[in-house]
Parts: sequence; C-alpha cells; structure tokens
Amino acid sequence: MKNRILGGVAATALTAVSAMADEVRVYNWSDYIDESLLEKFEAETGIELIYDVFDSNEVLETKMLAGGSGYDVVVPSGTFLQRQISAGAFQKLDMSKLSNNGNLWDVIEDRLKKYDPSNEYAINYMWGTTGIGVNIGKVKEALGEDAPVGSLALLFDPANMEKLAGCGVHFLDAPAEMIPAALAYIGEDPDSQDKDVIAKAEGVLTPVAPFVQKFHSSEYINALANGDICVAFGWSGDILQARDRAAEAENGVEIEYYAPSEGALMWFDNMAIPVDAPNPDAAHKFLNFIMDAQNMAAASNYVYYANGNLASQEFLEEDVIGDTAIYPDAATLENLYTTSPYGPKTQRLVTRMWTKIKSGT
Amino acid sequence: MMRRAALITVPYLWLLLLFLVPFLIVFKISLSDTALAIPPYAPTMRDGLFALLAELDFENFVFLTEDDLYWKAYLSSLKIAVISTVLTLLVGYPIAYGMARAPEEWRPTLMMLVILPFWTSFLIRVYAWMGILSNEGLLNQFLQWLGLINDPLTILNTTTAVYIGIVYTYLPFMILPIYAALDRLDDSLNEAAEDLGCSRMQAFWLVTIPLSKNGIIAGSFLVFIPALGEFVIPSLLGGSGTLMIGKVLWEEFFNNRDWPVASAVAVILLLILVIPIVLFQRNQQKQAEAEQ
Repeated sequence: MKNRILGGVAATALTAVSAMADEVRVYNWSDYIDESLLEKFEAETGIELIYDVFDSNEVLETKMLAGGSGYDVVVPSGTFLQRQISAGAFQKLDMSKLSNNGNLWDVIEDRLKKYDPSNEYAINYMWGTTGIGVNIGKVKEALGEDAPVGSLALLFDPANMEKLAGCGVHFLDAPAEMIPAALAYIGEDPDSQDKDVIAKAEGVLTPVAPFVQKFHSSEYINALANGDICVAFGWSGDILQARDRAAEAENGVEIEYYAPSEGALMWFDNMAIPVDAPNPDAAHKFLNFIMDAQNMAAASNYVYYANGNLASQEFLEEDVIGDTAIYPDAATLENLYTTSPYGPKTQRLVTRMWTKIKSGT
Repeated sequence: MMRRAALITVPYLWLLLLFLVPFLIVFKISLSDTALAIPPYAPTMRDGLFALLAELDFENFVFLTEDDLYWKAYLSSLKIAVISTVLTLLVGYPIAYGMARAPEEWRPTLMMLVILPFWTSFLIRVYAWMGILSNEGLLNQFLQWLGLINDPLTILNTTTAVYIGIVYTYLPFMILPIYAALDRLDDSLNEAAEDLGCSRMQAFWLVTIPLSKNGIIAGSFLVFIPALGEFVIPSLLGGSGTLMIGKVLWEEFFNNRDWPVASAVAVILLLILVIPIVLFQRNQQKQAEAEQ
C-alpha cells in the first residue's frame, strides 16, 4: 500500500515535470495568426501550445515589468521592445536553436536595429504602416471628387473634418501613433522628443478632436466594413481586413488604405523570450517554427500584414505580396518613418496632452 | 480571557494580512521613484532597508496637487458614485420590500432571481449592455418600433450609460442587505402603528424605513465603494468625456508606467473612502451609546 502511494506520487511528479517540459505559452496580439498554424505546431513538435492574446502594448509591458508573467514568447512592438530590453525583461536568443535564421529579411533586420541594436533579443513577426482607411463613396460624397484621400489633410484640416463628422471618423486611441502623424502633417520631425515640438501636435489635434466620433484602437475594423464610419486612422492590415470584409459582405462599401503622402509611421511587432520564461527551449522551437518560410507566409496570407521573412515571399498570395499597401514600393518605403520610445517625463507629458485633447480636461 | 484574546486576534490578523500589508506596500511604492527595471520603481527591498528609507519622499503626492486633472477626476468619480448609489437605492428598496412582503414560499425563488445574473460573467453582462444601448441596439429599435422616437437616442459612450451600467451591476448588493433587514422586521410593529392612527404611508416612513436603516447603510456602502473606483463600466460604456479616477489610475499605471504616481492616486482614493466611513462609524457608536 505504502509503495503504491509512493509510486503514485512519483508518477504524478513525473507527469508534472514532463508536462512542464512539453508546454509553451505564447502571448500574441489578438486576430494576428492563422489558427491552423497553432495546431500544426503541436502536431509537428508534440509540444502543447497555450495561446493567449492581448490588444495593447501597455498591457503586455506591465506584465513584463512586473515580472513572472509565465509566458515563453511575447510580441512587443519596436519602441516597447527597446524599453523592455533596457529594463532587462528579455533573454538573448540562442541562434544555434534557430535553424531558420537564414530566412529573415535583412532590410527589416536593419530597421529593427533601431530597437534591438544587434538583433539578438527579437525576430520580426509582422510589420506595417499606420495610415488612412477611407470609404471612397462616402468621402467623395462629403468632400467632392478631389477629396485629399491620401493626405493627412483629410484628418487634420478642420474644414475637411467638419464635413466628415456627419459620416463618422475614428482615430486610434494611441498617442504614440497620433502625435507623430500630427507632427508629420505640419512638417516637424515625427520622432521628436522635444517637448516644445510635441506641444505643437496639440495645436493640430485639438481643433479636429470634436469631429472625431470615437478614439478607439480596434472598433474601426467593423465600423469601416459596415459603413458606419467613413474614415479611420489605423493600422494597415486592420484596414485591409475591413476592406475584405466589406467586399465579402457585398454591401456596396468600398474601402481603400492609404499610407499618408506626408510620411507614414512604420512599426514592427517582434517575438521575444522573457528573461524568466519557464520553457525557453520550447520557446526557441516556436520561434523557429514561425520563421519557417511556408508557416510565415501562411500567417501573412491570413492577416494581411507584411513579415520580416524574405524566404516566405515566394509562398505569399498575389493579393498580399502584390499589394503596395502591404508591401510598399521603394518610393513609399523611403517615405516611411520610425519612432523612438518616449522617456518617462515626455511620456507623462504625452499621456496628459492626450487626455486633454480627448476630454478637454 | 484566552478565548477572548483569540477571538479578537483572528479578525485583526485578517485585517493586517488583507488590508494593512497590501496598503503599506502600495504606500511604499507611492513614496519611490520610477525606474526602467523589473519592477519599474526604485528603491526596492533589494537596496537594503536604510537606503530604502533614505530615498523615500512625498514628491508624488505634491505632484498630484499641481495638476487639476486629479482632483477633477476625484470629484467627478464622487459625483457619479453618489448619484448611482441613490439611484440603486431607489430601484433596490422597492424590490427588497416586495420580496420581503411576498408569500413565504416564493421568497427563495425571488432570492434566486436576484442572484442569478452572477452566474454569467460580469464582463459579458456589461458587453450585453453595449448591444442594448448602441445606436442600432435593442432599446433604440424597440423605441423606434413603438414610434416614440424617430432618430436613435445616443446613450452608449455617455455618462448616462455609465449610470445604467453601475445601477444594473450593483443592484443585488443593495437588494440583499435591505431584504435581510426587512425580512427580520416584525409585521406586528406596522399593525401597531396603524392601530395607533398612522396611515399605511406614515407607518412605512416612521416604522419600516427607520428599522431597515442598517440594511440601507450596508447596501449603500456596498454600492458606493466599488462605484467610486470603477474602471470597467466607464471604459466600456462611457465616452472619452467621462472622467473617473479609475481611468486616471489605469493611465498612470499602464500608459505612463509610473507605478509610484499610480500608487499615490490609489492611496488618496483609499483615504477618501476610509476617512468618511470611520467618522460615520464613530458617529453611529456615539449615538448608540447616547441611546443607552
């Protein structure tokens, strides 16, 4: 009897150990992967995949800075990645475990160096631009045939916004996206950390804020697709998803995405391994799986975002690789800017300014 | 003597573990500075106790007085919490009264119906209200079908929606203590009042209400306290114009990554709650003593 109990305990302990060894916890953005890839990973490696999602960098960052998140792979955007690397939140990747490393695209790796100087903490998952989603029919109805659809003037000229307010405009509820855009519109450096320059963005955003129906970072996908709003300032892939949903619904809504002619923000979402990841070995296996050319292509074909994987490009569908809204041509690529993280004092100023712009207090 | 000591120790230990210790941790963070590290503030216990004590200061509390955002948010939250507590009382009291007056065999069922919504996640219930209150939502469709309105009413993303959400969510917390008080009420007291010449209305005001006072107070606290720091309801149902301290706290914590200032905001929120409650409690005690 005693032996049996002991044996039982030992067996339980063994199961617990093997369960831990065969588990990987991934924390990614919502609606950001072809879910069949998750099953494929489990089938190929025998590792149980626990997949959680978040919808804002701030939530992820708070978990990372509190420590002990329990995740093995997380997906912060560039500026957040840089700050969390400085805080010591991530471990260096073991390149010997990433045999698909050669698939990565050097152009994107180079740009990523701004945030991860030696490309040693993270690999790029997806990248994209922030720009303007337009319901062509409604905007032309409000502003006429020569509406400045590809320009930030559509959003930041109060005369235009006053006319668009009737059909509905959404802005991202993300000051780190809106303030650089406002600065690009008035010809200032969008990446400025100077508080006097940043203050000028308030002058651009405050006059148009009353005409914005909602500041929100995800509702615009449905709202655009259903024709509830006519303009959204948002993320490229989201707006393209709205375009496709509208086309599928055959509701007469025609959506286009424009990277603003004044310059568009280029952002990167990257996979990294937390310093206290319970299972870094399985985390590397997941990364290597994602870095496989066909897997990465499947993800991009599904979410309509460009990826940092050069080898995947031959497997991309024509409406992804051939769409300059997803893979911009060389001229547009020149016109894209990146931003740096705000320091603590500047961040406070920016958050405060954003509250003031939105609520008037 | 021993037994008495043990009896007193248990609740105090409870208070110490679940209230005082967490409060002291938050208070300590409110006296520190932000840092780019895990955790994102300094100094921490790892720096040694003396370094820790030497570096703490009240600068974050001074900062809160320098920007009018904070006291505006506190005031606005107080206003929203007071109004929704009164509304919840106005809705909840008649329901509790009806339950207490219902035939004995119905009461368990009625009680069940009050508790039933808790079986669904709070978040899902608030999301359901988004579906009801939106411009194309059930409520507007119903009112338009009745022909009462031509254009949809904008309720979602306004402060009105926040009131609806809070009253709906916290209603059971108001009903249950009032019901408990009314249930214990001896009906013969009301009969005596009527025998002595009170009308039914007078008997209600002079006998029933005062005797259910404890239930009303308990229910009001249970609604007022969580409503004051409410975050989920205003962020889902409220608009950008709805200023509440819970939202400010979230922004400090998540957007500014400033745990010290967020903690300072939380400490003051706690003081706003605890001080009036302590004063009230003391006042009650004095009254009770005076009556004896």
